Amino acid sequence: MIQQGTWVKIQRQVLPVGQRAPQLPEDTKQVPFLMWAKGFLVAEAEMNSLVTVKTITGRLVEGTLTEVEPTYQHNYGTFIPELLRIGADLRRERWGGADDE
Amino acid sequence: MNRDNSYQAVMSRRPEIMKASVGIDYQEFELSGIGFDYERMMKETGYTLSEMQEIQGSTGVGNTPLLEMSNLTALARKYAPKGKGARIFIKDEAANPSGSFKARRAANAVHHAKKLGYKGVIAATSGNYGAAVASQAAMHGLKCIIVQECYDSHYVGQPEIIEKARKCEAYGAEVLQTSVGPELFYIFLTLLEETGYFNASLYTPFGIAGVETLGYELAMQFREKEGRDPDVVLCTNAGGGNLTGTARGLIKAGATETKIVGASVDLTGLHMASDNHFNRKSFTTGHTGFGIPFATSPDRSDVPRSAARPLRYMDRYLLVNQGEVFYMTEALAQLEGLERGPAGNTALAAAFALAQEMNEDQIIVVQETEYTGAGKHIQAQLTFARENGIQIFFGNPDDEVKGENIILPEHPSMMKARDVDMNKLRASFIKNAIADASILTQEDVEYLMAETKTDQTFIAAELEKMNISVKV
Repeated sequence: MIQQGTWVKIQRQVLPVGQRAPQLPEDTKQVPFLMWAKGFLVAEAEMNSLVTVKTITGRLVEGTLTEVEPTYQHNYGTFIPELLRIGADLRRERWGGADDE
Repeated sequence: MNRDNSYQAVMSRRPEIMKASVGIDYQEFELSGIGFDYERMMKETGYTLSEMQEIQGSTGVGNTPLLEMSNLTALARKYAPKGKGARIFIKDEAANPSGSFKARRAANAVHHAKKLGYKGVIAATSGNYGAAVASQAAMHGLKCIIVQECYDSHYVGQPEIIEKARKCEAYGAEVLQTSVGPELFYIFLTLLEETGYFNASLYTPFGIAGVETLGYELAMQFREKEGRDPDVVLCTNAGGGNLTGTARGLIKAGATETKIVGASVDLTGLHMASDNHFNRKSFTTGHTGFGIPFATSPDRSDVPRSAARPLRYMDRYLLVNQGEVFYMTEALAQLEGLERGPAGNTALAAAFALAQEMNEDQIIVVQETEYTGAGKHIQAQLTFARENGIQIFFGNPDDEVKGENIILPEHPSMMKARDVDMNKLRASFIKNAIADASILTQEDVEYLMAETKTDQTFIAAELEKMNISVKV
C-alpha cells in the first residue's frame, strides 16, 4: 500500500486507438495517446490502481499509479570512442604535431 | 459547470479558448482577403525595444557575451581557397538565466501575463522554451505548467527532452508529458480552459518581439567591437521565431545590409508524428521537421496568426547533417573551450562551411548557444542513438541516412552546408496561403510579396503557374 501524500507518477490514456487525430501516420494510429503526470497521492492506494493526485500547481489529475517517488535517471551516456578521435584530430589539424610528441 | 471535454468538442472551442488565454483578438488584424496586417499586429500588441530591454534586464536576461571563435576560424581557413574564410563569432546565449535565448521570449510573455493579471502560464514545448517560461514564472511568482511530447508508446524517452523536464521542475513548474502525436494540443487546450492561465505561446507578438533585443544587441556589440555590422547572421531555424525576432532587431538597429541565413539539421524522411521514428532522430529541435513546415505555413502554430514569419526575412537557408552538428559540438569544446548543447550548434556547423565561401575580412555570427548537461549532451545523445540501433561511424556526411546512421566527418574539411531552394519554399508558402482562393486582389499580392520577401514579378509568375488570376 502506498501512503497518502506520497509523490508519485501516474499514466493516463487520453485517447484510445480509433479515437486519435485523423492525420496521423499508420504506426501512431495503432497506439493510444498517453499522458504522464506527477503529484501527491490524494488517498492511499495500490500500485497500478486508478488514483487521483494533486499536482504541484494544485490540480487534481486521475490516472494509473505507475511509479513511487519518481526521479531522474538520465545521465551522460556511455563511452563513445569516436569523441576521443574527434578531439585528437581537431587539435592536430589546428595546432599540428605528432601524437607521440 | 459541465463542459464536453471530448476531443472534437475541445478542438471546436479552440478560437474562444485562444482568445481568452492570450488576450489578443487576432480578428482585428485580418485583411479582407487572404492576409493580415503583420506590422500593425506587432506594433499594437507587442512592446517597444526599450520596454523589452527593461523587462528582460530586470530579470537578468540578455546582454550576453559576443565571442570570437578564432581557432574555428583558423581551421576553416585551412580548407578554404586563398583569401577566403570569414571570421566566426558566436553570441553566447547560454549565459541567460534559463540557459538559452528562449529566456528572451519567455521574459516578455510572462511579464505580459503578470501585467494582465493571470495567475499562471502554460506552454506546450519539448524545447528550451519550457525551462525559460518556468524560470520566468518562478521569478514573478506565477504558477507554470509545461506540456511536452516526451515518450514513444514503449515509454522510451529522448534524454534531451527528459533533461528539459527536469529543468522545468527545478524551477517549480508542473510538467505533463505525452506520447507521440499532435493531440498534445488537445491537452494544452483543456489545461487552458481548466486553469484560466495565460497561453505563453512561442508565437505571440510579445514572444517574438522578445527576440528583437538579441538582433539589436548583436548590431550594437559589433559596432562597439569592430566598428561595423556583421555580414551574415546565422540562426538555427525551427519554428522561425528565433530568425524572425533576430532579423527584426537587426533592422531596428539599422543593420539592413546584414544577410539573414537560417540553418537546420536535415531530418528529411523522418515523420514528426510517427511513433516509430520518434526515437530515431538525434535532434529534437532545430531540424527540418519544424523548419520547413513552419516557414511555408507559419499559421500552423498554437495561435491564429503566428508572429514568427521567417520567409519575410530569410536570405538563405542551409542544411547540415546530424553527424556534422555533433562534430562541431566537439570542435567547440576542444578548440574553443566552450561546452554547449548540441542543438544550438546547428548554425555553428553551417557557419564553419559558409565561412569558407566568404572573404577573410568578412564577419559571420552564430546568434545563439544553449546550455548542456546530463541527457542534453553529445555523449548522452550519441549513446541513446546507438541504443536505438542507429549506426555511428566516420565517413562522408553526405551519405547519412536519417534514422539509420549518423556519419561523423572523416576529416573537418568535409563539413558542408547545403542550400535549400528558397524559391521552392516561397512557392510552397504561396500555395498554402492562398488555400481555396481562386481570385486574388492587389492587396493579397502585396501581402504575399511581404511574406516571401519577393516582388510583383515573382508573385505574378507563381500565381500564373497555379492558374490564379488577380482582380485589378
